[in-house]
Amino acid sequence: MTATRPSTRSDVDRPARPSPLRRLLPGAPATTGPRGSTLLRHLAGAVLAGALVVLLTNQLPPYQNLQVARVCAFLCVTAGYTVLVGLNGQLSLGHGALMATGAYTVALVQRGFDERGVQGRWILPLSLLAAVAATALAGLVIGLAAARLRGPYLAGVTLAVATLVPAVSTIFTGVFNGEQGLRFPAETPPAFLGAYFQPERWLAWIALLAALLTVLLLANLVRSRFGRSLRAVRDDEVAARLAGIHVARTQVLAFVVSAGCAGLGGGVYAVLTATVAPGKFPLELSLFLLMAIVIGGLGSLTGAVWGAVLLVALQDLPSLLTETFSLSGGLAQRLEGNLALAVFGLILIVVMLAAPGGLHGAVRTVAARLRARRRAPEH
Amino acid sequence: MDRFLFLTFGGLSTGAVYAAFALALVLIWRAARLVNFAQGAMAVATAYVGYAVASATGSYWLGLGAAVVAGLLLGALVERVLMRFVGHANPLNEVIVALGLVLVIQAVLGMVFGNGYRPAPAPFDTDALTVGGVAALSPYDLWVLGAVLVVVVLLALLFTRTPIGLRMRAAAFAPEVSRLLGVDVARMLTLGWALAAAVGALAGMLVVPTGLGLHPHAMDLVFVVAFTAAVVGGLDSPAGAVVGGLLVGLILSYVTGYLGPDTTPLAVLVLLLAVLLVRPGGLFSSAKARHV
Repeated sequence: MTATRPSTRSDVDRPARPSPLRRLLPGAPATTGPRGSTLLRHLAGAVLAGALVVLLTNQLPPYQNLQVARVCAFLCVTAGYTVLVGLNGQLSLGHGALMATGAYTVALVQRGFDERGVQGRWILPLSLLAAVAATALAGLVIGLAAARLRGPYLAGVTLAVATLVPAVSTIFTGVFNGEQGLRFPAETPPAFLGAYFQPERWLAWIALLAALLTVLLLANLVRSRFGRSLRAVRDDEVAARLAGIHVARTQVLAFVVSAGCAGLGGGVYAVLTATVAPGKFPLELSLFLLMAIVIGGLGSLTGAVWGAVLLVALQDLPSLLTETFSLSGGLAQRLEGNLALAVFGLILIVVMLAAPGGLHGAVRTVAARLRARRRAPEH
Repeated sequence: MDRFLFLTFGGLSTGAVYAAFALALVLIWRAARLVNFAQGAMAVATAYVGYAVASATGSYWLGLGAAVVAGLLLGALVERVLMRFVGHANPLNEVIVALGLVLVIQAVLGMVFGNGYRPAPAPFDTDALTVGGVAALSPYDLWVLGAVLVVVVLLALLFTRTPIGLRMRAAAFAPEVSRLLGVDVARMLTLGWALAAAVGALAGMLVVPTGLGLHPHAMDLVFVVAFTAAVVGGLDSPAGAVVGGLLVGLILSYVTGYLGPDTTPLAVLVLLLAVLLVRPGGLFSSAKARHV
């Protein structure tokens, strides 16, 4: 019964479902419009969203601000990830390892400057840029292999990548300090904000800026010619090649872009706690990220926002539960972490069976049905 | 030289376990055209059942039997209540559902049994016997090799000599035609899952005593290695899975022995990539390489 769902869903999106080639052509005038206005619209949206969050951080206590910061850090990752999996159809399970790459780059750069006694506000942006560059390079290497692999093969290879994090950190103990990981100087608010400025609020701003930049760039990328190529390759490789799209290059580029976003997210994530350790990037992290974008809705950036929010909310679920209900020590210890895992897994399965389009897709389907029902009496 | 021989024997023994595990992956691939990413977690769950029964009754063999039966049930259950209802519009759907299952199984195991390592005693001595002054296989290694050999022979007999095996092959090869000829394709699929999970359960029972013990994540790396073994042999070929398993076991044994245990995951990745990029159909495939 669920086998028919995806086709009905795409019927809602694209009524006639003609040849896939048609999707390569520019969309209907109503959907795209002149290029400049798309950019401006996205920019306006980003500024508005940013202003709202900045106002919000003003009201929140430190811990909630840290949660906002974590949502923003994860948003960098999920946004890039959803472009890869949803729009390009390449399933990577190694994005946790890519986050680790970004996080360790930030830690190494910051420690490098700290040991030489160099200080300055430019170190943070520089280290984050380095994180993006290093991860994009890693993404290029994986992407070159990924472009030749399909479905379960790609998933298997990237799963192997995800298991590498602890191994690499212990092989090169001198650089990565093994299981203990690396500490680096914490990021403090600049002096002009006042001596009593909440540090968590400053962290939330940093993460917010990174997330807004990522989403803004990706939103434009998705709407561009490259974005259409991504979808064309996902839907039908042969048709895409016939239309003059370089399939392998598109896939590699998608991997590089998505890896860069994961690196930025990982870097920001490291900045939030001023530490990196292999234990923070276990295999499950990659599965959590997958769950986040599946629940949010594969292939839409709005879905990535849903996913990032859910990820942080569900990660805080166990401690919330143990606080609310006074559980016995042993039981609480067993539920700790495991409960979130179970909930994650169940949601992943249920969403995949009941609403493969995720939250975003479900909302759109319901909206489309309501619209159809409202229109029906007129006939 | 002694060291080389020691590593060779050890590699064959662990390779046999990888072979059994890869065989489970190949069984499901042949029946349903999907890689079961939940195979490792399912095997761990059945190993917990096995060791619970073994410690309750005091008999390893009852525990082993319980694990295999639990594997049969779990495999059938997963197919009947879960995988059957996954939409096939997108090949990623099945992978994603299997990964969700991994999270659920590991979480439930952690909640019921705790996240710590539980001791899993081996039924035989794990110290290597010395033959002519050279440390060779241990009794436990011999048991592992023997058990895997028996399973491989039994499966080969099942598929080539029995009517049910013929029906399973037909259902996997040409579902529509088989249905017209009166084969219950859905039941064959369930049977394929049950068999694969039972083989996985056996592999789990064999591998757990050689590691740190029983743990919800005990099979994470084993799964990745077994996947590599299956890919090395070509996902379509049971014989390839066995040879691939032994080969991967040997290679990893040498890498671990000469370069250190931390390098194992790196070696797995390199091996996997090398095989996939050079011979995507596996080393033993006669068919044309996949169209890229």
